[in-house]
Order: sequence, then C-alpha cells, then structure tokens
Amino acid sequence: MRFVKGFGQFWYDFIIGDDWKIAAAVVAALAVTLAVVLAGVSAAGAAIAGGALLLLFFVASVLIDVRS
Amino acid sequence: MTGATWGLVASTFAASFVEFVEALTIVLAMGVTRGWRSAIAGTVAALVALTAFTAAAGYALSTWLPESLLQLVVGTLLLIFGLQWLRKAVLRSSGLKAMHDEEEEYAAQTEAARRAARQSRFGVDTFAFVVSFKGVFLEGVEVVFIVITFGLSAANMPAAIGGAASAGVLVLIAGVILHRPLAAIPENALKYGVGLLLASFGAYWAVEGLGVFTRSGESLEWPGGDWAILALLACWLLTSRVLVKFLPRLKPEVAR
Repeated sequence: MRFVKGFGQFWYDFIIGDDWKIAAAVVAALAVTLAVVLAGVSAAGAAIAGGALLLLFFVASVLIDVRS
Repeated sequence: MTGATWGLVASTFAASFVEFVEALTIVLAMGVTRGWRSAIAGTVAALVALTAFTAAAGYALSTWLPESLLQLVVGTLLLIFGLQWLRKAVLRSSGLKAMHDEEEEYAAQTEAARRAARQSRFGVDTFAFVVSFKGVFLEGVEVVFIVITFGLSAANMPAAIGGAASAGVLVLIAGVILHRPLAAIPENALKYGVGLLLASFGAYWAVEGLGVFTRSGESLEWPGGDWAILALLACWLLTSRVLVKFLPRLKPEVAR
C-alpha cells in the first residue's frame, strides 16, 4: 500500500507539480478547443482558437494564483 | 548540420542542462553529508530505472498510440511542464517569488540530510540512497519526455539525444571538478527560455492531436504549418512580458 501511495505521489508531483491550476488550465483549454473542433469549425480556425484559449487560461490561472 | 538541427540540439541541451544541474545539487548534498557510496548507488539505480522507463515508454508511445493521440498526450505533458516553468519565471521576474538559488537549495538539502536518522541496509545509507534516487529519476524523467518530444517533432532523435547527453556530460564534469552546486549558471533565465519553448511546442502538438477525436482521426493542421510554432513562441513571450509588467501592481506589498 505504501508503494502504491508513493508511486501515485511521484506521478502527481511530476505531472501536476506545485500548482494544480496550471494542469487544470491546460485541460480546460483543450476541452473547450475540442468542443470547437466537434462543432465543425475548420481545422485552421480551431487551431487558432486552441492557441488563444491556452494563452487565456494560462493568464487566468496566474492571476488567480497571485490574487489568492 | 542544418539550422533546424542546431536549434533542436540547443533546445534539448538547455532543457536538459537545467534538470541535470538540479539533480547534481541533490546528489552533491547527499554525497557530502551522508557519504558518496550511498549517493552514487542511488544515482546508478535511478539511471538503470530511467533506461528501463525510456525503453518501455518509447516502445509504448511509438507502437500503441496513433500519431494524433501521441501528439495529444506528449503535447499536453509538455504544455503542463512548460507552463509551470513559465509561471515560476514570470513570478520571479516580477518580484513575486524569490529567484531559484542552487546554493540555497544545497544548504536546505544538506541541513535535511544532517537531521535525518541514519539507517543502513546492505551497507548503504537508506536516506541518501532514496533522496539521490528520487532526485535523479524525477529530473531524468523530465529529460526523457523533452528528448522524446523534441526528437519526434523534428524527426531527428539522435540530435535530440545528443543535445541532452552533452548537457549531462558537461554537468557531470563540472560537478566532479568543482564539488559544489553550479550556482553561477543563469538558471532562472534558462528556465524562462525553456518554458517558452516547451509551451510553444506543447501547444502546437496538443492542439494538432485533438484531431484524434474527429471522424478521420487525423491531426489538425495549423495555418502556416511549422511556422505556427514561431508565432506561438512570440505570443507566449509577449504574454509573459505583459504579465511581468502587470502582476506587481496586483501585489505591490510583495513585489521586490
């Protein structure tokens, strides 16, 4: 059990790091981009929207981090 | 070598260099305070585990995953790593977070090593072994992901491995000669640059990989092809500079 806990903790530290909001921002931005893709927007339009959303969600996560 | 190959080597070299410097600080702290035998045993065990991990991850990624899903998985991981580095770089540049200092990190590690109880197994100090193992493995896994991603994106794995390996050798030689943490390295500036690179490549790949959910299952195409990576790099740089300028106004009492 200790091994499983340690293994899980290792991957949490590795992927999520010391600010979970960054990982949440990335996943949220990609999820919204996926919705744009599935809505039938052209590939180029969806790619640009994806880039813009990633920038926007990153800025939002940093602002939340600094304000808290 | 072409300009693109040099760029690839430089990117993996810089990213790996930062990770190796951090691993070296941990191993040095353990070696000096708890004994070199245990610190080196932990390092060697981590390198063996890393080799097995790289072989397994490389095989799984290249054989089981379709190209677009591979781009999504690796791109998302790169994005998360890159943006974590970028966030720290922005906070440090705006004075809201103390600069990373290898001397301070070394002092903290040695202090913790002195306080920890001594427990031996097979003649190896458990604390020094485990801390060295974790330090080298954690930093090493990041290097593995960076090398795999950059190597695959440029379709030049030898150049990516060469960049990382030369960084490893350089840090190792410097560590053996100096026997102290490499505090003179402009680590914060390096991390800022690498964070920008990882975020740009990560965004490019992760968005392309979303094509796996479409009916065709093919990767999405960015307008301008590979040139979109440069546009993304410019956008991340501009955004980070705006944040560095603006963030201190939100917390003037903390900003230094």
